[in-house]
Amino acid sequence: MESIAGWVDANRTLIAHLVLIGAVFFLLQITAAVLVYMERKVAAVIQQRHGPWLVGPRGLLQPLADILKLIMKEELRPKGADVALFYLAPILSAAAAFAAFSVVPFGAETTLFGLLDEPLALGITDVNVALLVIFAVTSMGVYGIVLAGWASNSKYSLLGGLRSAAQMISYELSYGLGLAAVVIMAGSLSLREIVGQQSGYWFGFIPQWYVFIQPVGFLVYMIAGVAETNRAPFDFPEAEQELVAGYHTEYSSMSFALFFLAEYINMATVSAVAVSLFLGGWHGPFLPEWLGWIWFLVKVFALLFFYIWMRWTLPRYRYDQLMEFGWKYLLPIATVNLLVTAAITIYMGW
Amino acid sequence: MDLILFYVFGAVAVLASIFVVGQRNPMYSVLLLILSFGALSALYVLLDAPFVAVTQIIIYAGAIMVLFLFVVMLLNAQKEEKEATARQMFGGPGPRRFGAVLSVLLAAQLGWALTQIRPALMGDAAPGISSVREIGRRLFTDYAFAFEATSLLILVSMVGAVVLAGRRSES
Repeated sequence: MESIAGWVDANRTLIAHLVLIGAVFFLLQITAAVLVYMERKVAAVIQQRHGPWLVGPRGLLQPLADILKLIMKEELRPKGADVALFYLAPILSAAAAFAAFSVVPFGAETTLFGLLDEPLALGITDVNVALLVIFAVTSMGVYGIVLAGWASNSKYSLLGGLRSAAQMISYELSYGLGLAAVVIMAGSLSLREIVGQQSGYWFGFIPQWYVFIQPVGFLVYMIAGVAETNRAPFDFPEAEQELVAGYHTEYSSMSFALFFLAEYINMATVSAVAVSLFLGGWHGPFLPEWLGWIWFLVKVFALLFFYIWMRWTLPRYRYDQLMEFGWKYLLPIATVNLLVTAAITIYMGW
Repeated sequence: MDLILFYVFGAVAVLASIFVVGQRNPMYSVLLLILSFGALSALYVLLDAPFVAVTQIIIYAGAIMVLFLFVVMLLNAQKEEKEATARQMFGGPGPRRFGAVLSVLLAAQLGWALTQIRPALMGDAAPGISSVREIGRRLFTDYAFAFEATSLLILVSMVGAVVLAGRRSES
């Protein structure tokens, strides 16, 4: 027993890191569950209904019932489907969604009340090209959707997958250019450094967040982010009037659940990156530095609420409108914004 | 540790590349090529060049291969059913001799190149090669001409593709 205690004592930082990874993994799943509940409740309020209210107090246990239902369902696979790719696709989607969150910092350094010898930064890892890592990993997520569409061997799935690929390629450009404007101003690709530069206030009360200097960049990023995650009003891959359920038409049970999970986690990632880049990350008034993660959560959930609000308010665009908007409006705006930002940065010598 | 990782990722890259060619299903070929790119990117990380690694994923695996996949899906390319005969695969005696000469030349070049590797060439990379700022500065100062010429070349090929595709739909 003594040796184990000794080992624990010697490797506190390592254990803290492992616990942190486990906690983030677990919390992301909880977030997805909370989001499902939130989505149903917000939708209900917007449509003047009650929403889920039978399972648990105020329907709070509804997500658990949903999960149970998904697990108990029969796993179906269409005849003629490509078995390996059919099962690989949802795993790929979910894995990419989880992996992208690994470089998002969500709090300042803390020693957990002196439990650790060296301060531990809240966030799984910090690489100096963090932003590009997120970009790379999320662009892998599209394969999950495309492969699902192809491997299902069904018309609706294939068309949904193709649409999704076209949409993601189109909006990834604006997405990247929106990010790049902030990168130019911050002079760094590390999310922790970018967040660090947003502490402090102008005139004592306006927080120094990049959203105030880069409103256009923020708008472009959010619009492209919604399109990247295939959410309404850009949810063409699963436009039910035309495509039944799009790329996951043929999926059921846990394979479907993985796509579902990936969608919600991707929403959380896009929101978390937006918070880190534009909304000051864990910085905020009233709370001490070590409680900054509360601010982070509040901001992320505010953006997620916005996501859901938009879905139940706006109608879906037509497909050609989506492409036209992406290429003819969003991309030029993002490009001009980037050029202007670069020119001003060089002129001012920041 | 580094050496083990190098061999693991190197083996994945080589095997995946071999299967890209050996595979009869075009869909699997595309996916294996992505796997090979992923392994290459891991090798870049081992070489302490995270920027190159991430760019490899974003550009090749994230953008170009999605387009490949797109084309394969749109054309609905079928699995190659029949074994091709030697004549179908390599053409007549003329092309075959030409191909044989080329492959001998390639083997000779590779062999020569391998003998030229000296420890000096494999030494530490220039300092700051992993810094994005440094790469950007070099790209837009020292290598500005090559950089711009490349982008012009890509633009030309893009316009060319559009012209070629447009002509066919008119007729």
